[in-house]
Amino acid sequence: MFRRLTFLSAGFVVAASIGSPASAYMVYVSNEKDNTVSVVDSTTKEVVRTIDVGQRPRGITISHDGKFIYLCASDDDTIEIIDTATYGIVGSLPSGPDPELFVLSPDGKTLYVANEDDNLVTVIDLESKKVRAEVPVGVEPEGMGISPDGKSMVNTSETTNMAHFIDTETNEITHNVLVDSRPRFAEFKPDNSEVWVSAEIGGTVSVIDNASREVKHKITFEIPGLRSEAIQPVGVRITADGTKAYVALGPANRVAVVNAKTYEVEKYVLVGQRVWQLAFTPDQKTIISTNGVSNDITFIDVATDEAIQSVTVGALPWGVVVSPN
Amino acid sequence: MPTDKAAQAQPILEIKLGYLRAYAPQLALSVLDVPPRDEGVAGAKVAIGDNNTTGRFLGQEFKLEVSEVKPNADVIAAFNDMALKGARYILADISATQLLSVADFARDKGILIFNVGATDDRLREEDCRANIFHTAPTRTMLADGLAQYLIWKQWRRWVLVYGSHARDKQFADALRRAATRFGGEIVAEKEFTDTGTARRTDTGVVQIQRQMPVFTQEFPDHDVLLVADESEVFGTYVPFRTWIPRPVAGTSGLIPSAWHPASEQWGGTQIQNRFAKANGRRMLSKDMAAWTAARIIGEAATRTHSADPEVLAAFVRAEDFSIAAFRGQKLTFRKWNWQLRQPVYLGDGRSVVSTSPQEGFLHQFSELDTLGIDQPETRCVLK
Repeated sequence: MFRRLTFLSAGFVVAASIGSPASAYMVYVSNEKDNTVSVVDSTTKEVVRTIDVGQRPRGITISHDGKFIYLCASDDDTIEIIDTATYGIVGSLPSGPDPELFVLSPDGKTLYVANEDDNLVTVIDLESKKVRAEVPVGVEPEGMGISPDGKSMVNTSETTNMAHFIDTETNEITHNVLVDSRPRFAEFKPDNSEVWVSAEIGGTVSVIDNASREVKHKITFEIPGLRSEAIQPVGVRITADGTKAYVALGPANRVAVVNAKTYEVEKYVLVGQRVWQLAFTPDQKTIISTNGVSNDITFIDVATDEAIQSVTVGALPWGVVVSPN
Repeated sequence: MPTDKAAQAQPILEIKLGYLRAYAPQLALSVLDVPPRDEGVAGAKVAIGDNNTTGRFLGQEFKLEVSEVKPNADVIAAFNDMALKGARYILADISATQLLSVADFARDKGILIFNVGATDDRLREEDCRANIFHTAPTRTMLADGLAQYLIWKQWRRWVLVYGSHARDKQFADALRRAATRFGGEIVAEKEFTDTGTARRTDTGVVQIQRQMPVFTQEFPDHDVLLVADESEVFGTYVPFRTWIPRPVAGTSGLIPSAWHPASEQWGGTQIQNRFAKANGRRMLSKDMAAWTAARIIGEAATRTHSADPEVLAAFVRAEDFSIAAFRGQKLTFRKWNWQLRQPVYLGDGRSVVSTSPQEGFLHQFSELDTLGIDQPETRCVLK
């Protein structure tokens, strides 16, 4: 109840300041339970369209020109390509079974996919839509991050509990770094210096030095009144200037705001239930969380770290990506 | 830093696990409930595969040897044989009596035992041992998980039908304890005596349909009929055949368990898929207990880069040890008796109805300690 009231009052503030609207972006949310993608206007914060997609949509990303959405339809064992002009499904990619998360290379040419059932990372050439390589990794590969310089990518394996560093030239593993239990997500710092890896059951985020490939710091979370078991870090996003990080804390229903230089947790933002994934708007003014159990997404103001508004989407929202333009 | 090439260069560290099992073919009232031939062992094998995928990066190789004895038979020879072959970690799916017959010998040899089958509370209480870790839940944990749900539903008035064998009576005791603990009331009880009937006969259902209503006719009004029949003598025959229409729970109807073959929550789909692909059947509670035990050993070996039971045991016994096992939160051991804390699944045979602990059952240390005998009540003195 308290949370709703907070949102209402925050909503009035936004309404009052509509004079110089930020440019509108489209926010695409994959809804795991009802096989849809919700399209939300970032300015009006309204659902403008619901796209029917394949079964159990989870990982979602978008081409750098904003023309195509790539979507893991996990139970259909495929990656669907959605045309953002028509919202029609215009093709698919050979993902291998049960794709869950993936990452697009900085040059936009390659998609790296985690195949949980086969302990593989599948490397797909987007132009030819063919599999270029398969890299054997640990048990239950999930998190996928790629360095901004495109030279290395990191996959996390949820039961092996490692971050596997893969050289994108050779498609071979160069380093295996042990992290805490059930690593879910890997995010590079924009300057290539660090990789942040969340551990859902371990309850931590490991900061791995990208030069030495060793864990240099472990971020822990503590929320008064919450059992430590309920704090389960999943999605991680770091601002383009490398100063601040946001960590989605799952059933703790909060997003942690972390100082990316000192690693201190500065704030916990209450959003919705079971918060998993996060995405910035391209202007970096807003970050959006998917709150699975409450069927909504929350817009957080990056300047103030206040929750601005929650928007109801489909059933069990899982992943989120924002159009680049 | 360990790299792929580095891992290939280092000598392979071998970690040998044994699986000691008391087995004889069992009948069940429904053919669907006949335990699979490889129950439990199949779970251990999947975990060995998982450990070896990880071990590939660290130069560790896990091996599993399975040995079977008859139920109630002497297990000492089989245990000795495994120890001689170098197994320092033994997953045990044997009776409480069998387990206790090898426990002290194992301790003297520096062998760690993981109990994956026996639900007897006494193994965690008066007969607890410092070298036995329990990944199987106890009867009191299962009964408490069920009772919390019935109380949450506000179905508070229960009648209890229990079998005439020792284990049936032990589960009945756990249900009575749960009633006292959570505010249920057992308004009447009745024993169903095993008079030695065949479990499957061609026209048996005709008689059962007439007998079971009569058997339950004299009960006072109640919300739920509880069944304690671990021996598979009558439990399956109770649902839909009672005198008055009431839900059935316990060893039939709504059944508490350590795992459910249909659970897809908390990443469960992944282990279920992996298990089904390897074994051609769904994963059962004992498979999960064995998987968890072998994964605990794997996790300890991964983190310590060791195969030494003393090193691994110290790691598992450490204050901050936890294991991820698809149960929605980290699982830890109760330090006072080495019982693995875990949620209890409540299933109807087709699907998961709920998992306990239920909302609102609070605890000062861990809500999982609302299930089963808690530290202040324990009679365990580890030795």
